[in-house]
Amino acid sequence: MSHAQATMPLTREAPQSEAPPATLGALRPPRSLWSNAWRQFRRNKLAMAGMVYLLFLAVVGVFAPAIAPHNPVESDLREAGRYRQAAWIQTDDPKTTGSWSYPLGTDSNGRDVFSRLVYGTRISLVVGFIPMAVIMVIGIPIGLLAGFVGGRVDNALMRFTDIVYAFPALLFFIIMQISFGDTELGSYFNGLLLLFVTLSIINWTSVARLVRGDTLALKEKEFVEAARASGANGWRQVSRHILPNALGPIIVAGAFIVPGAIIAEAVLTYLGIGLRPDVDLNAPFPTSWGQMIQAGQSAFRVQPWLLIAPSVAVGLITLSFTFVGDGLRDALDPRDQL
Amino acid sequence: MLEYALRRILWVIPVIIAVAAVTFFLMYRAPGGPWDREKTLPAATLASLNAQFGLDKPLWVNPDAVRELRAQGVSNPLALATAYIDSRFLNYMTGVFRFDLGPSYASKGAESVQELIARKFPISLKLGIVAIVFSVVVGIPLGIIASLRQNTWIDYLSLGTSTLGVSVPTFVSGLLLLLFLASSFNFSPIRGPEEWEGFGRAYLLPGVVLGLGTMAYMARLTRTSMLEIKRQDYIRTARAKGLADRGVVGRHMLRNALIPIITILGPAAADLVTGSIIIESIFGAPGLGREFVESIAKRDYSVIMGTAIFYAILVAIANVFVDLSYGVIDPRIRVRR
Repeated sequence: MSHAQATMPLTREAPQSEAPPATLGALRPPRSLWSNAWRQFRRNKLAMAGMVYLLFLAVVGVFAPAIAPHNPVESDLREAGRYRQAAWIQTDDPKTTGSWSYPLGTDSNGRDVFSRLVYGTRISLVVGFIPMAVIMVIGIPIGLLAGFVGGRVDNALMRFTDIVYAFPALLFFIIMQISFGDTELGSYFNGLLLLFVTLSIINWTSVARLVRGDTLALKEKEFVEAARASGANGWRQVSRHILPNALGPIIVAGAFIVPGAIIAEAVLTYLGIGLRPDVDLNAPFPTSWGQMIQAGQSAFRVQPWLLIAPSVAVGLITLSFTFVGDGLRDALDPRDQL
Repeated sequence: MLEYALRRILWVIPVIIAVAAVTFFLMYRAPGGPWDREKTLPAATLASLNAQFGLDKPLWVNPDAVRELRAQGVSNPLALATAYIDSRFLNYMTGVFRFDLGPSYASKGAESVQELIARKFPISLKLGIVAIVFSVVVGIPLGIIASLRQNTWIDYLSLGTSTLGVSVPTFVSGLLLLLFLASSFNFSPIRGPEEWEGFGRAYLLPGVVLGLGTMAYMARLTRTSMLEIKRQDYIRTARAKGLADRGVVGRHMLRNALIPIITILGPAAADLVTGSIIIESIFGAPGLGREFVESIAKRDYSVIMGTAIFYAILVAIANVFVDLSYGVIDPRIRVRR
């Protein structure tokens, strides 16, 4: 070794291997993959801003009754049909001029736009996260199975995803919503249950495909081979060695599924085949931003904030998820994509 | 290569069958028939309408027709087989492959769905062309400039725009733009039906909004792939041998950086299809997307079904085209076997 070093003084690796990094271990406690990822995520300001905003929305959604100044469903008959402007817009007519008791004005039925916006947060979060959870529960096991066992499961999965890829998701959602909208399935929670089904029923394939790819690569890795050699059965190899190492890309994919579902809900409801309006005064999910956009579009010349408020809300929540997703990708996904 | 191309093209057929079958059975079980009006039609009218559109036939296969022919003494196997497959589903499926998508119920059969598509699709296509041209002409230069001036304000501006474009759905940006134009300039981009004939200015604004997402995606992709190529050895070699900046960027970087752009044409096709459904309704363009939305409201099942299948075929063909173009453009990924 020392001889080789003498003849090749420019080799960079040589001096390091000469002195084993015995002192390095004492310098700082070991960091796990997750604490490393968290450190990197924290350094990304946009991702942190996105996450703070999403946490803020979660708080707003949970404490909506305390935050909203009015009931989001009950129409104030004195305000109905007047379209009161947002608080900072003054008009000559005292019936429509802005007032801070209705911060964003009122809609056609005299309901407070701000309160509806606050309650709308709930649907956006629920409609984003529940289908994502369902997609994970279906997609991950199938992907693991297809990648680890291969064979017929794998073949069937790949053929199925080929077909799913050819069918633009929104078109499929529209057809699902139309054909089940008036059935019993579509009647639960004003169509919320059907929407969960619609948004999860084909989208699990992308997760399954991703997990399959990772599993195929990981099962050939030395540490899995070592586990196999020391007698770990298939279940243990998958659950202890393959799945934990595939989690990073899965989490990143999840961060991009949520905003997709939120947009799909808004679009479907905007088209009139998503959620139905709730007339129950105590409904936990009385309205969605998609419904507000639909109502706002027909009246935006009279009361622009009826349209601006929910549109900006949808824009901000999807933007936050993009930031968080990008941050997660930088922190967790070693594959250098966009 | 040829075998792969052939296999890839033939694979479109089962995809179309699957999409058409799924669409058919989902729409078939949708409640409410095509003749549901406020006033119930007389039974005789219903029966004749059903007979006219073949809705009185059984769903899967038609053994009754075979039995009837047998009773009449027909033993020609071809005639019997034709009678056997004379069912709603199989008629529809064979129709799809002859590009016969059945009558539009709302027009009471006066116009077939394929005629409707032929009449409405050109408008959507023109919008799509504007969108693609916009996304290429703006998105790619934006990405190139950003990558050449990495970490300067130009880079951040272009990254900011493209992040907004990628993450904010087009129907939100379209609606807000409409509102902005209407309230600030008192300008309404919604145009009368005569302005959509030909290829006029009416297409500009909705086309641009439709292309926003694809443009943003192209800018991001171009930037990433340019940055990656910037660090390649052959770029350093090109510079070292004294090549001018323009030559390095144009000849060596761009040519290689643009390969990944092809990959997003498939997703872009799907994006434009779904985008046009919303954008056409917002801007009042009388294209196929708006027709689709209106047929949803009217519950005109045959139009919904036919349009969905048409769009799916379009996207499937775009995907095949993308897959095949990889091999043509980049010799490194030419598929064998």
